[in-house]
Amino acid sequence: MRLIIRKDYDEVSEHMASYIRDRILEFNPTEERPFVLGLPTGSSPVGVYKNLVKYYRNNQLSFRNVVTFNMDEYVGLPRDHPESYHSFMWNHFFKHIDILPQNVHLLDGNAEDLDMECVRYEESIKKAGGIELFLGGIGPDGHIAFNEPGSSLTSRTRVKTLAYDTILANSRFFGNDINKVPRMALTVGVGTVMEAREVAIIITGAHKALALAKCIEEGVNHMWTVSAIQLHQKALIACDEDATLELHVKTVKYFMNIEKVQKELVGMQNVGLQGNIKRYATPDVSPTRKEFYGVPFKK
Amino acid sequence: MTDSITKIQNCRLIRDGQIVHDDVLFIQSGKIVDAQSHFYRMGSKPSKIIDAQGLIIAPGYIDVQINGAFGVDFSNWVGEEKMRENIDIVAKELLRFGCTSFAPTIVSSSPEIYHKVLPLLKPRKGNKNNGSEILGAHVEGPFICQDKSGAHPKELLVDAPKGFADIARVYGITETENPSIRIITVAPELEGIQNLFKKFIELGMTVSIGHSCALVEQAERAVESGARFITHLFNAMQQFHHRDPGIIGLLSTTHLSRPYYGLICDGIHVHPNSVKLAYSAHPSGVVLVTDAVGAMGLPPGEYKIGTAKIRKIDDYRVEVIDNGRLAGSVVSISECVRNFKKFTGCSIVEAVEAATKHPAELLGIENRKGTLSYGADADLIFLDDDLNVIRCFISGEEVDIGST
Repeated sequence: MRLIIRKDYDEVSEHMASYIRDRILEFNPTEERPFVLGLPTGSSPVGVYKNLVKYYRNNQLSFRNVVTFNMDEYVGLPRDHPESYHSFMWNHFFKHIDILPQNVHLLDGNAEDLDMECVRYEESIKKAGGIELFLGGIGPDGHIAFNEPGSSLTSRTRVKTLAYDTILANSRFFGNDINKVPRMALTVGVGTVMEAREVAIIITGAHKALALAKCIEEGVNHMWTVSAIQLHQKALIACDEDATLELHVKTVKYFMNIEKVQKELVGMQNVGLQGNIKRYATPDVSPTRKEFYGVPFKK
Repeated sequence: MTDSITKIQNCRLIRDGQIVHDDVLFIQSGKIVDAQSHFYRMGSKPSKIIDAQGLIIAPGYIDVQINGAFGVDFSNWVGEEKMRENIDIVAKELLRFGCTSFAPTIVSSSPEIYHKVLPLLKPRKGNKNNGSEILGAHVEGPFICQDKSGAHPKELLVDAPKGFADIARVYGITETENPSIRIITVAPELEGIQNLFKKFIELGMTVSIGHSCALVEQAERAVESGARFITHLFNAMQQFHHRDPGIIGLLSTTHLSRPYYGLICDGIHVHPNSVKLAYSAHPSGVVLVTDAVGAMGLPPGEYKIGTAKIRKIDDYRVEVIDNGRLAGSVVSISECVRNFKKFTGCSIVEAVEAATKHPAELLGIENRKGTLSYGADADLIFLDDDLNVIRCFISGEEVDIGST
């Protein structure tokens, strides 16, 4: 797992957006071989979407051959309701870019047979060739999508009853009337997310510091569902400084050092996008080795 | 048979009383459409993308009182063919000022004029060929007060002692048929006229009071009888007096629903301070009107409007050559909006709504005009931050307005 620490929400958003942009560009998607992207809703990804829209406007990036799958949607909320995740995705992302309507997938919370809808969703992910990169955020209790504490770490797309805390927190979007908040949602499972070839999570703010610590410093635990990320081969977490408040100094230093080594000793030109070392650089190549060791390098 | 969708991006929209930043607008078949629902339900995507370059998009302006422009005078009969031509000229040229709907106004005239002109002023859809939409005619008089005739010829003013029969005779309409008249300006103190308001409304007219000596009590009764508009507030009416504020007093009436009121916002017909005074009293009722005459849109010089020789001095003032009196306004609706913002210190949205949302509400067409809501006509204007009209669309099609 990689942990990228940036100063604040804006820098985290920019880092994550440019990462997604570079991944798509490197993938070089075509109509036959599209880039399949998993997407979240909520406050965490808003900044990422903003930056992605900017790249689209600057002609740096096209979404013509990008296929998207969203994580979740409320049950029983009209699709056009301003708080539906359909509306969220439309307003923050889809309406601004050139994505094709047939390439966009969201769960239908108004389907007659909700179980069937979930099965169908898993199938369409499979049919699209699996998800190349799943972007996510987390809740203060470490949940991903609507997989709240106690969800099975191998869960698949299904109907979930929302935790009371979540309903309470969401009531602010429904005129502070708790009775208007949907009680159920369709959501991809932890297993569905972890099956993606890469998982990238944004965690920002002091209120999520505990969740970050629980998810990466302690064991894999269904009470902090994002901790399942520890078992993923290609996982990336981008967080801001506030979110590191509950981490050990050792943890923070370790991950900051990795970035430093890559940048200063290995050279970013030798590092793949996903953190893989493409070739080992001889120390001669690195101009800043002196700085790094504090002593001159001897041949 | 779905028509192609045009997407306008990178714009600021005036929607629901605020400016929505960095938004997009989708139009199809001449209407503003709910693109979200299209996107998810039908999988439709835009075939054309327009970059608004950060400009403000507002609904097209509506002018409910305009006597003429570009050398044309709606009350001056010049033969049917020429008349039709003239109406087309105005309808097309008005788009230059962002005016996408208007109610051609006929000042007090003889019955023959009404019989000939009104049939030419039936509502007509606005589009690229027709130009600005004709909402129907505004008949200003001749059932108005002798003492407040303004520029109307006194000898043509009449009463209605025989009730609707007189109305029918003058305008050439019947108890069941009114193909053209959309707004009727009357003086409510004329005997028996208030009893006809119900009939007017039945026939699809909006009743306005003006050119009137009405005291506040008479004015309030007129509102109770169904009047919804005040024709050019302050002009041609009993002036404000604290013991009897007359028609102006309707702006602060407490027990009635307050009427909309027209304001000629050229800075000459109504002093800027008076504009602000009215606006402060009743902000949601203000309707900007030009009350423009034929010299509007023409370069300065000497012209003949009807029988009077006039001189247009600048973009604000025309006077009758013989006596130096004001000969109507020559202001454009977009200038009115800019003036209004300046005079009152209101926001951009409030200024624009005074020439879009409010007149649409006045005429009961707020779902179709004066709004960027889904299903409304795609009559759009692109405005810069100084409210200059940069681009204009009517029924979803862009027209070349040669903006500078």
